[in-house]
Amino acid sequence: MSAATTAVAVPAEPGRRWLTAIIVWALLLTVPIWLSMMGGYTALAGRVLVLGLAAMSFNLLLGFTGFMSFGHAAYFGLGAYGAGLVLKYVAASTPLAILAGVLLGGLAGTLFGLLIVRRRGVYFAMVTVAFGQIAFYVAYSWNDLTGGYDGLRGFSRAPLNLGFTTIDIANSDKAFYYFLLAVFGIAVGLQGLLLASPFGRTLLAIRENERRARFLGIPIERHVWLSFSISCAFTALAGALYALLNNFADPMGLHYSLSGEIVIMAVMGGMRAFWGPLVGAAVFVVVQDYISSWTVNWMFFVGLIFVLVVLFFPRGILGMLQRSSGK
Amino acid sequence: MLQLVLFNVTNGLIIGAFYVLMALGLSLILNLSNVINFAHGNFLALGGYMAYVLTPYIGFWGALLVSPILTAIFGFVIERLMIRHLYARDPVYSLLLTFGLAFIMQDACRYIWGPNGLSTTIPDAMAAPLSADLFFITWYRIFMVAIVIAAVVGLFAFLRYTRVGIRIRAGTLDLDTVAALGVNVGMLRTLNFAAGSLLAGLAGVLAAGQLGLNPNMGDDLLMPSFIAIIVGGVGSLTGTLVGGLLIGVAAALTTVFWPAASEAVIYVIMLVVLIVRPRGLMGEEGTLI
Repeated sequence: MSAATTAVAVPAEPGRRWLTAIIVWALLLTVPIWLSMMGGYTALAGRVLVLGLAAMSFNLLLGFTGFMSFGHAAYFGLGAYGAGLVLKYVAASTPLAILAGVLLGGLAGTLFGLLIVRRRGVYFAMVTVAFGQIAFYVAYSWNDLTGGYDGLRGFSRAPLNLGFTTIDIANSDKAFYYFLLAVFGIAVGLQGLLLASPFGRTLLAIRENERRARFLGIPIERHVWLSFSISCAFTALAGALYALLNNFADPMGLHYSLSGEIVIMAVMGGMRAFWGPLVGAAVFVVVQDYISSWTVNWMFFVGLIFVLVVLFFPRGILGMLQRSSGK
Repeated sequence: MLQLVLFNVTNGLIIGAFYVLMALGLSLILNLSNVINFAHGNFLALGGYMAYVLTPYIGFWGALLVSPILTAIFGFVIERLMIRHLYARDPVYSLLLTFGLAFIMQDACRYIWGPNGLSTTIPDAMAAPLSADLFFITWYRIFMVAIVIAAVVGLFAFLRYTRVGIRIRAGTLDLDTVAALGVNVGMLRTLNFAAGSLLAGLAGVLAAGQLGLNPNMGDDLLMPSFIAIIVGGVGSLTGTLVGGLLIGVAAALTTVFWPAASEAVIYVIMLVVLIVRPRGLMGEEGTLI
């Protein structure tokens, strides 16, 4: 880890952190109001939330543990298939579907995690890519269960039954958006608590100086394994929400190109900032949506975003903001 | 039955040869520069498309010679322009850059040459099979395997006997010391990247004649190449060679007995190796990084 990257690792002072959180939540809570005024649609905001959650979950590993996975789409996709399969074959219950997705992706991550905790740097990335392609391959070839190339169709999210009342997230876009936001809020809140806990601080110590952490008696492998598993489970949660959002799960949701997009969201927003990946996801989703509406060669421009961010904005949006006002 | 087995083993060797060329190039770059070139499959496609463009003018043999060199020059320029600025940074950046480059190159190929498959013409004499019984063994396939063997031997000779090759190997072991001895490490990395690109370009020309051209032709080869490197052991070129051949032949033999599992077997091999021997078949002790 070079000196330049550790310099931004100092957390923002508490006042600024609260300010960022308040701005983010104010924007998210009022989305149905201002987005409809700007002529947008709520599905776009839903996608930002879901992919933002995926990128933030991924960033637990990249930004706060210092390990780079290029296969996180696998757990996202497994979450989507878990939720879709439950809705299609087991029961029309949204909470059960989400639980199934989280379990499927989380367990897969926990198992794969056992095999990779001793790898570092680009080799960690390489093995995670290969593992991701195993999941892609299974979803792609297991035609009878997953629908293969065409994806899993024929399920839809069920209204939320709270006992005393039923929330119709199946038909009301606004209700569904706030449902997504509630789940997002719980997940992100848990992530915040996790990072503030002694466990989270230990992860930061591993990121900053693994050797020193090891000398202090920290069981590195166990922490990396836990961090990877937790990150995968949260990513799977995002995937399950994605299946609910689209009423559809497809193998491209597990493909490594999505893994790369999750990484660029985290980096573009600022991987050392808690909210960075969400900002990155918002920018990426909106730009991608805009580009693909006017050219079929959108991949070219998405690739260009990767290159430009890497060469000219490596700290990401929030990283640059923090730095310019922090000095 | 024997013919069926032979048929599939031949196919496996051919595919394995492509895995080997791809994986060796990737491995070269990975070992010295710590960069995973996600665009390596697109370098391969570029080599193939260049052969397609050049063949009408300079013929098959000319294209076979010139296209890999052009691909190497392309790699040289990309490394100089972009990748070399990222060595001092967190490795996530070089991975993201090549990832984006893969998107750009794939779409550019689609834009220029169209989304549909194209094929290059190979000399008639080479398209003919050896005999009616062995209809699946064309002279082109034999020639291809010969070229791949020559390229592999050439690469290992280059690394063993030339000054640049020896420096590359030394740099793989300890780059700081090599730099301290006065070697221009920046240029060494550039040349090394170009050498990896050359192999990809060569594989592209050969693949164009055998598998045909399409914008994402390299994608199917990229993941098996990663697995070849992981199976063979990171840090060992010989391991990569063995890994590539192993998964190629294993996939082919599986096709004989259980066609549906031919791709799965590659992943199974990787998992078994990672569980039983985490450093890979020929990875050195202590390089478990």
